[in-house]
Amino acid sequence: MRTLLEVAGLTKRFGGLVAVKDLGFAIREGEILGLIGPNGSGKSTAMKLIMGIERANAGSVRLAGEEIVSWPTHRIARAGIGLVFQHSRPLHRQTVRENIKLALLPDSLLRLVADRAVDEHARLIGERVGLGAVLDRHPATLPFADLRRMELAKAIARDPKVVLVDEPFAGLTLGEVENFSALIRSFREEGKAVLLVDHNVKSVAALVDRVLAMYLGERIAEGPAEVVMRDPTVRRVYLGGAIGTHARDIAPEKTGVPLLHVSDLSVLYGKAQALEQVSLEVHAGEFVSVVGLNGAGKTTLFNAISGLVPYSGRIIWEGTSLAGRTPGAIARDGIVQCPETRELFGDMSVAENLDLGGQHQKPAQRAERLAWLLDLFPILQSRRAQMARTLSGGEQQMLAIARALMMNPRLLILDEPTLGLAPVILEQISRALEVLRQTTPITVLLGEQNVTFALPHADRVYVLEHARIIWQGPASRFAEEAGAGYL
Amino acid sequence: MRILSALVVLLALATLPFWVSGYILGVLTIAYLFGVFAMSWDLLFGFAGEVNFGPTFLIGLGAYSAGLLDNHGVPVWLCVIAGAVAAVFGGLILAVPALRLRGPYFGLITLVAVLVLQQVIVIFAGVTGGEIGLTINDVLSLDPGHNYWLALGFLLISGIVLTLFSRSAAGLILQASGQDPIEAQVLGFNVVKHKLAAFAISALFSGLAGAMLVFYLGTASVDTVVDISVGVQIIIAAVLGGRRTIFGAVIGALFLIIAGEILRPLGQLSTFVVSAVALGVILFFPDGLVGYLLRRRERA
Repeated sequence: MRTLLEVAGLTKRFGGLVAVKDLGFAIREGEILGLIGPNGSGKSTAMKLIMGIERANAGSVRLAGEEIVSWPTHRIARAGIGLVFQHSRPLHRQTVRENIKLALLPDSLLRLVADRAVDEHARLIGERVGLGAVLDRHPATLPFADLRRMELAKAIARDPKVVLVDEPFAGLTLGEVENFSALIRSFREEGKAVLLVDHNVKSVAALVDRVLAMYLGERIAEGPAEVVMRDPTVRRVYLGGAIGTHARDIAPEKTGVPLLHVSDLSVLYGKAQALEQVSLEVHAGEFVSVVGLNGAGKTTLFNAISGLVPYSGRIIWEGTSLAGRTPGAIARDGIVQCPETRELFGDMSVAENLDLGGQHQKPAQRAERLAWLLDLFPILQSRRAQMARTLSGGEQQMLAIARALMMNPRLLILDEPTLGLAPVILEQISRALEVLRQTTPITVLLGEQNVTFALPHADRVYVLEHARIIWQGPASRFAEEAGAGYL
Repeated sequence: MRILSALVVLLALATLPFWVSGYILGVLTIAYLFGVFAMSWDLLFGFAGEVNFGPTFLIGLGAYSAGLLDNHGVPVWLCVIAGAVAAVFGGLILAVPALRLRGPYFGLITLVAVLVLQQVIVIFAGVTGGEIGLTINDVLSLDPGHNYWLALGFLLISGIVLTLFSRSAAGLILQASGQDPIEAQVLGFNVVKHKLAAFAISALFSGLAGAMLVFYLGTASVDTVVDISVGVQIIIAAVLGGRRTIFGAVIGALFLIIAGEILRPLGQLSTFVVSAVALGVILFFPDGLVGYLLRRRERA
């Protein structure tokens, strides 16, 4: 078997952040490799480096023996690497058939009329992926799964030697997952090399020959899916170490009316169901964790609460509905989100970022809060004049939390603070959260994939899987009742 | 059916010189050339996905090149062709570096290019006529009817070429490059190459129309073929008619020129009324007039 794709020493830095570090692997003809890792682990960057969408700082990518690492994307594509995007922006004014035809066209300015054969070829490919009945419809009228089929059809049309697939099953129902798996298996039979990029082993285990797990830009494990799933390092990355919980000395008082009450919340992204009938409540003073793998719907849940995405269902804050309120009004009313993407103002200093968080407070209060926060995160004191974008990942996360706390929130929503951070940083952030929980009356809603990080502080836990809440209870019962099926 | 009705409208337009006044023919002649400006702009904005704030850079290059050559005794038709070549050449010199930049920089560079061209014309007043303008001694034709037919024929040919190109295989690649450049590259298309080609075609028709306009007006001046406000009019016309339709740009241009002429007795107010109507259409029908009708049909 010939090796088709060979990656060695691949490295990519964004400013001070190393996204991919000395990554290497090879895929042979007819082999399917799963590249997995939690959000921020560098797997998407690795895929973009192979495709030439991002430029590598160092390393080599060889396609059938030929070095392609410095080539422009279109040349890499012509040489035989195809990429199936997770989200697509199809040509909306053209039909499905024309969208597939696009992928069959040569890169020529002079080709004004496509061959008749192209039309027929597009039809055959459409039928192969199950779009035969909708070839003459416009993409806007198609269900989500058909749009993903169309993306697959475009990749097939290019007849690549190597196919990269980004999150092959995101947003698909079980039946559709079967269909897609069969199509991806057909690539193997044609002797193509396939790279499946996904958050976790579970979703691709049945399909792959081998799995490579990444964390913080580096390879942490490689081998058959079962072996990688049992690998202690992989389990630590996803679940953390041994799961510990700390019951609080004094349980917060539960009043009759919850501070935040979400009921029957559903969110659709286009045609993909991101949340389905989710209900949860958070009482004043509680620390509630929502755990779930990436893609389960945690961020969508928080964005709905913050008024950033349209939803159906009800979100009640202190007895009144949040429907129709602007994100700004919701934040000023005390619900402050610290998003997983951090959203710092990169070209402003640490001090300026913090000042912006305190804009709605009186000067005296602001100064007092600032002093308290710099005490909570001492590292920020020494970095005050530094530009936010030059901070390390951990410092950026601390700044993001501090900025959110500057707003004096009554409910702090923390979305995946562990994203892309090394264990030692996690401990620092964890300690800060514990101080917060023990010394202030703040209410916290934490979203996490890393269970070890999420559980110690939590009074109650919700487990989100595939857009639904599948378990809820006190942290102490999690390991026993929900821990096994989590990964 | 659509082709038949288009032919009927075209025939009706072609007979206008037999029964309307020279004044109306004059307004329509300018409106038709303006329609070519707007169509050329739509090829870039609607298909290549690039906002060109400087359509008058291309038009001005064509207009002044033709005008200057005419002052040196070059035959009229050669002047027009030379104007088109100058527009393509100048446009490519501008676009090759500008298309390497991402985000809003392409638009900004095209905007600055207009200001630079305007300054060059004013500074070299001895050659270009400066702010007063350049007098053109020759005309395409003395007969208003002939001028009208020339403009109508030119509009028709430009419209057919641009429409066919936008619907061709290369046009499909261009649309993909405009809407999602990364995906277009992943499909193996050299996005910069396709956008440059679109820019060259847009420049070709802009330059031709610009050169024809100065021969019709008998003068080339900054105010009529270079000024930013002329470019803004072209952009409004194309957006008003409907993005990514080519044909819509013609409708938008006809509307702007004819409405401006009808409302001329209002003086300063006429510009205000026309602008207000354009603003209303863009706010409530962002797809434009023709785009709105197409969308309704697609949904039906």
